[in-house]
Amino acid sequence: MSGLDVATGDRRPGAGRDPSSPAPEIGSRPAPGRLTSLPRAAKSAGFRTLLAKEVLRFWKVSFQTVAAPVLTGVLYLLVFGHVLEDRVQVFPGVGYTAFLIPGLVMMSLLQNAFANSSSSLIQSKITGNLVFVLLPPISNREFFLAYVAAAVIRGVVVGIGVFAVTMWFAPPSFKAPLWIAVFALAGASLLGVLGLIAGIVSDKFDQLAAFQNFVIMPATFLSGVFYSVHGLPPFWQAVSHLNPFFYLIDGFRYGFFAVSDTSPWLSLAIVLAALAVASAVALSMLARGYKIRS
Amino acid sequence: MREAAAIEVSELVKRYPRVTALDGVSLRVEQGEFFGLLGPNGAGKTTLISIVAGLTRASSGRATVLGHDVVADYRAARSRIGVVPQELVFDPFFTVRETMRFQSGYFGLRHNDDWIDEVMANLDLAGKADANMRTLSGGMKRRVLVAQALVHRPPVIVLDEPTAGVDVELRQGLWAFIRRLNREGHTIVLTTHYLEEAQQLCPRIGMLKGGRLIALDRTQTLLQRLADVQVRLRLRGELPPALRAQAIEQGDGRVTLRVASPAQVEGVLAACREAGAAIEEVEVGHADLEDVFMQLMAADRRRVAA
Repeated sequence: MSGLDVATGDRRPGAGRDPSSPAPEIGSRPAPGRLTSLPRAAKSAGFRTLLAKEVLRFWKVSFQTVAAPVLTGVLYLLVFGHVLEDRVQVFPGVGYTAFLIPGLVMMSLLQNAFANSSSSLIQSKITGNLVFVLLPPISNREFFLAYVAAAVIRGVVVGIGVFAVTMWFAPPSFKAPLWIAVFALAGASLLGVLGLIAGIVSDKFDQLAAFQNFVIMPATFLSGVFYSVHGLPPFWQAVSHLNPFFYLIDGFRYGFFAVSDTSPWLSLAIVLAALAVASAVALSMLARGYKIRS
Repeated sequence: MREAAAIEVSELVKRYPRVTALDGVSLRVEQGEFFGLLGPNGAGKTTLISIVAGLTRASSGRATVLGHDVVADYRAARSRIGVVPQELVFDPFFTVRETMRFQSGYFGLRHNDDWIDEVMANLDLAGKADANMRTLSGGMKRRVLVAQALVHRPPVIVLDEPTAGVDVELRQGLWAFIRRLNREGHTIVLTTHYLEEAQQLCPRIGMLKGGRLIALDRTQTLLQRLADVQVRLRLRGELPPALRAQAIEQGDGRVTLRVASPAQVEGVLAACREAGAAIEEVEVGHADLEDVFMQLMAADRRRVAA
């Protein structure tokens, strides 16, 4: 009988050996079976498995990947909210703490989406275990989607975590909840893709850290998380409008207050355009095997 | 029509900015073979395997697995080949069973636990199923690598230096297992620099050097290409000048001579006696793969220098 039958549940005697019994010599057991045909493979299982692996990876170290960023978000709120609550009013009728919360949620979401795909990929590259994902018949698109989807999940989980803890400091409002969801998903996707690109390009942790600290951090920090760009001098307003992250924060905040610096439609268009460009770059890198299958 | 080769590469070239790792290699491994790919470090063995496995893109040339092009038809090619990488790599986040399940899922096999149990039991990993990969010894990690390569039941199995740094016991066990897979119809391709191992296991061998295939033949034929008989002597005194041309290795009072047939051994001994060199030790044997290897490498050096 062919060894393929094990797939239909035909366990050979001893397959479920009691682990406490003495181990037999390697190779002394019955043959695993001659191959006559390949086992039937489920389509898209590669994507689903890679996604599950990526989610489990960050979940196993959730203290570091979820709890820590939530705590950081709360600390920002405590410090800035306490100092500025009575001095700054950005939108009419909206307290500073209430204004700050969506910004902090989005900032945490973006940074963690980026961190997930970039750090997972570079760790796998440096330790060499990326080979386990490169050997199977997983397409570039599946690879791309799995890493980005896992980044979105981590970003959204952290975002919800930050919101769940900070919402007690100021009563939340959800004036246009659909915009909240749309910008959360689009933003996490964009940063997940950017993280993938950074992970592909970087050869060392150092290079990735530079990307994270000198590009992603400043861009998220200076995107209007802590202030409305309307309060800035005209020159810095213009600069802020060149920062794609500004549109993410602004559009996300619109979902809470129905007030924003720029029309949410314009923000969405810019964010989606950035997502399309970044995705095209990442997919073309994967298609060329750039640094991964060189 | 001829049966598709387990692995076929033609005119494979891989150029890196500073080095040409493969310089036009063509080679065919038939289904069911146990094939050895030998060569010194940097000869291009791992590059060749990486191209066949889809881990590296060739600069030019073509590679197929059971008739499926590794680039154009990568899904079919990759689902038919299992590769045990040379480096001892693992994912520190997961247990052995999780590692096996993920690997299974990557190949599209979602309900594969019976087979996973089977493979793990065969490699004596069942007791470690729930241990984190980090906690395993080097030998155990190597077994997991082998198990991962078999998780999708590939008809073609490639092992890249699988016994480097592995203790004798595991090596023996591993070979017993791989031999059995071969008997059951799996094609095995092995790279190793333990030449003794290749000689014992592989009926056919290819030798790479500097990115070129310098030998490709049955192991027996390669061995016969060298002298049938080698005489190793320990002498007190000088080797007679008449025998110097036959010496293939010399030093420290020991000398190895090549003779065409066992009948000529007597002549060698007589020549030593007549020249007044006292024979302290005599050993008569056949060339092994290492001799063939050394000779081919040396011949290639001379060819390149010429």
